[in-house]
Amino acid sequence: MPSFQHFFETFIDSYPVFLKGMLLTLQVTAVSILIAIFIGLFFAFLKISKIKVLEAIANVYIYIVRGTPLIVQIFIFYFGLSEYNISGFWSATLALAFHNGAYIAEIFRGTIQSIDKGQMEAGRSLGMTNALTMRRIILPQAFRRALPPLGNQFIIGLKDSSLAAFIGMYELFNVATTAGSNNFDSMTYLLIVAVYYLILVFLLTTIVSLMEKKLSASD
Amino acid sequence: MSEKREMIKIEKLNKSFGDLHVLKDIDMEVKENDVVVLIGASGSGKSTLLRCLNFLEIKNGGKIIVEGKEIDPKKDNLNKVREQIGMVFQHFNLFPHKTVLQNVMEAPLVVKRKNRSQAEKEGKELLEKVGLAEKADVYPSKLSGGQKQRVAIARALAMKPDIMLFDEPTSALDPELVGEVLSTMKQLAREGMTMVVVTHEMGFAREVGDWVFYMHDGRIVERGQPQELFNNPKEQRTKDFLSSIL
Repeated sequence: MPSFQHFFETFIDSYPVFLKGMLLTLQVTAVSILIAIFIGLFFAFLKISKIKVLEAIANVYIYIVRGTPLIVQIFIFYFGLSEYNISGFWSATLALAFHNGAYIAEIFRGTIQSIDKGQMEAGRSLGMTNALTMRRIILPQAFRRALPPLGNQFIIGLKDSSLAAFIGMYELFNVATTAGSNNFDSMTYLLIVAVYYLILVFLLTTIVSLMEKKLSASD
Repeated sequence: MSEKREMIKIEKLNKSFGDLHVLKDIDMEVKENDVVVLIGASGSGKSTLLRCLNFLEIKNGGKIIVEGKEIDPKKDNLNKVREQIGMVFQHFNLFPHKTVLQNVMEAPLVVKRKNRSQAEKEGKELLEKVGLAEKADVYPSKLSGGQKQRVAIARALAMKPDIMLFDEPTSALDPELVGEVLSTMKQLAREGMTMVVVTHEMGFAREVGDWVFYMHDGRIVERGQPQELFNNPKEQRTKDFLSSIL
């Protein structure tokens, strides 16, 4: 183990590269999660559509994502998309979006179905269409209920973005391993990167719980 | 004396859930300004009948004629029909993420596309009418059951319906809160609203009802004006029911 003083000095000295890595980690995470939310919503709707074919499509997608390792998915995206001149950044981002989308789909499906069916009936009885009731009445409530599990999934997504290192993305984890081997001091850099991840997860958790607070005004 | 306008007429209405035949050849009509009260034991089909009237349940057979026009659930725009028919539910079904005023304004804003200030003005008037003007900016979770149900009534009225349906509006309320909801409904009846009410409140049926229909096992077994039905029921099943509850 490095001494605390050595750890601290290295932490200070290395912050410019780590901040760069962090920026990339944040970009991959934020963009992939944003896309994953739309993918998730889309497949959640397929699953509750009560149309067998659409349900089956959603089930197959979720089954594939759950049944294969994320690292395999990232490599498939990377090699599959390289033909089309798509960058490593977008390969990693899309793979993570594809992956998280399946879990987010299940979160949305669960929370949409957990909303009392009287809400839909109330909307319909007022002359609102199915889609309008879904948008104005059901989804806002479902989204609120989805926030805690979504926050959890965001954290998983953030940490999983470290796998982008394996297709050459110079994000936080890659910064740590590269600097570690260049300086023959892997342990120190791994501990440093752990701190960066902890800080990011802390910030993410704080943001999600602030959103929860804000949305719970009606409780 | 001129004949009152026919608001709802149904002929040979049938409804099944799977093998369960819930409504059997129901005939019924509701005229303008009438208050029709449906009574009967649980499971007799009262609520299903009410829900068929605004197509929350879709009939399996028979005709439903709303204000002179037969409605075909496959062809007609049911959303338009529902705009004319307000509904109040046993469990209120207020929108919990919206304030009281927002609940009342929602449908006028998004369905009728009224402008916000107009919807707000009308919403406040309706809340005034049900005695909840001071609760406009409160969320439903802060209201008592009776207050929730009065908001639900205001929300339905905001669409200016021609007909109001009430599905056991006081059944989920603590006894001391029933009165405030019933008096709101009485006020509506006095103003001439056409109403179909499913209820176990026999006092309300007697006092406010123009017609009382007794349902048993998916059929309207007996119908009449309240005094005659309550005081001189003709059918044995009606007598049994009334003696069991009074």
